[in-house]
Amino acid sequence: MSRQTPLHATHVAAGARMVDFAGWDMPVNYGSQIEEHHAVRRDAGMFDVSHMLALDLEGPDSTTWLRGLLANDVAKLKEPGKALYSCMLNPQGGVIDDLIVYYFTPTSYRIVVNAGTADKDVAWMRERIAATASNVTLTSRRDLAMIAVQGPAAREKTWLALPETRAASEGLKPFSGAQIGEFLVARTGYTGEDGFELALPATRAAEVWNALAQAGVKPCGLGARDTLRLEAGMNLYGQDMDDDVSPLDAGVSWTVDLKDESRDFVGKAALLAKPASRNVLGLILEDKGVLRSHMTIFTPKGDGETTSGSFSPSLEKSIAFARLPLGVEAGESVEVDIRGRRLKARTVKLPFVRNGKALV
Amino acid sequence: MSQVPADLKYTASHEWIRVEADGNLTIGVTDHAQEALGDVVFLELPEVGRKLGAGEACAVIESVKAASDIYAPVAGEVIAANGDAVDAPESVNADAYAAWLFKIRPDNAADVGGLLDAAAYEAATANA
Repeated sequence: MSRQTPLHATHVAAGARMVDFAGWDMPVNYGSQIEEHHAVRRDAGMFDVSHMLALDLEGPDSTTWLRGLLANDVAKLKEPGKALYSCMLNPQGGVIDDLIVYYFTPTSYRIVVNAGTADKDVAWMRERIAATASNVTLTSRRDLAMIAVQGPAAREKTWLALPETRAASEGLKPFSGAQIGEFLVARTGYTGEDGFELALPATRAAEVWNALAQAGVKPCGLGARDTLRLEAGMNLYGQDMDDDVSPLDAGVSWTVDLKDESRDFVGKAALLAKPASRNVLGLILEDKGVLRSHMTIFTPKGDGETTSGSFSPSLEKSIAFARLPLGVEAGESVEVDIRGRRLKARTVKLPFVRNGKALV
Repeated sequence: MSQVPADLKYTASHEWIRVEADGNLTIGVTDHAQEALGDVVFLELPEVGRKLGAGEACAVIESVKAASDIYAPVAGEVIAANGDAVDAPESVNADAYAAWLFKIRPDNAADVGGLLDAAAYEAATANA
């Protein structure tokens, strides 16, 4: 039996097509995935992301413990509400999960992890707390719902629906959030557009969702979420990286912070011992067809592989993330095996699209 | 609910088949199939003149979500492919029964008798 978010009945009543995602019964679309995609690029759309798990971390050792847990360094978070994207690595340097951590005070953080990895993540975090004898408490917040409101008009429409959040969220810079009454309002997302991610009591989820819909925010499913994040050059855990892939080979070496040489973190020794072996670039198919994951890419420097691929509604072409041999750079012509045929593609820098504009 | 016109034949793999007056077959994918696939963005159709075996994968329909094969409902030769549908794959979503994909001349007209009628197809999809 799939798990249900607090908005499940709302999705079903809206006629959403529901699918299993990481053990959760989630909306994949409410009609047309492409229309939902365009709504986010051009106006405002919203996603139920309550299947993801919010965790509260409290205690005097919080900062020290996180600095040892994560490949990115929470010490760079100075402003309350500031968010950081990081990988959490295993000792072999593989990615256990990618997550967002919000800093409130040196003894108080909020962590948001993926749905499919939540149990594994919490088990690992508890193991690390015990192993380091840290004075912290970690609390699962399944009492919360999370709604991502994304698009150029997302903030305005959120304020229309939730006027009480306006004053305290108007000044929020990208990648920072604020606790406003019952809401955590953060200017973050997974689409490459401006907007907010809201965490709120599950009991208010349907009411807030409906108020946002009334304000003109289009309900969007996981289908559009996937094409939006792909265009935005953002990894999907389990597809673009996993326990066996180093962040250095998954296009997220920018999130591995080695500046403070005195800082040790799980996986650091493994990363230092094994430098990047692959280069991640975008791929645009020039022939007709659709790129998918695990297609072989032929280059003069050796073979590569797509990790995520789909049709880009914004570019009206097929795009993918390509894990390529080192030395293959952006702007090269390559070939991709699609059902036994070699089709032409070219490599580009990621992202493909940002803030409604094509960058390739 | 998806539509299942009574005057068409069907396969369990979600193709619809219209038997034309001259005995040739017009083939597309069902409304149920387009709904399950979501937005269709690419079609690869068989070349005219290609000989197909019954159940042979001969075309590909790709939605944003996934690629699916389309199968020849009976053995025969391809006599037409719908270029308009290739140019506007979304027409399959708009009206799956208007957006035909290809036509075949069956090797054996009697093979059509082995296809599902609307009631049998509806029953098959209801249990799916």
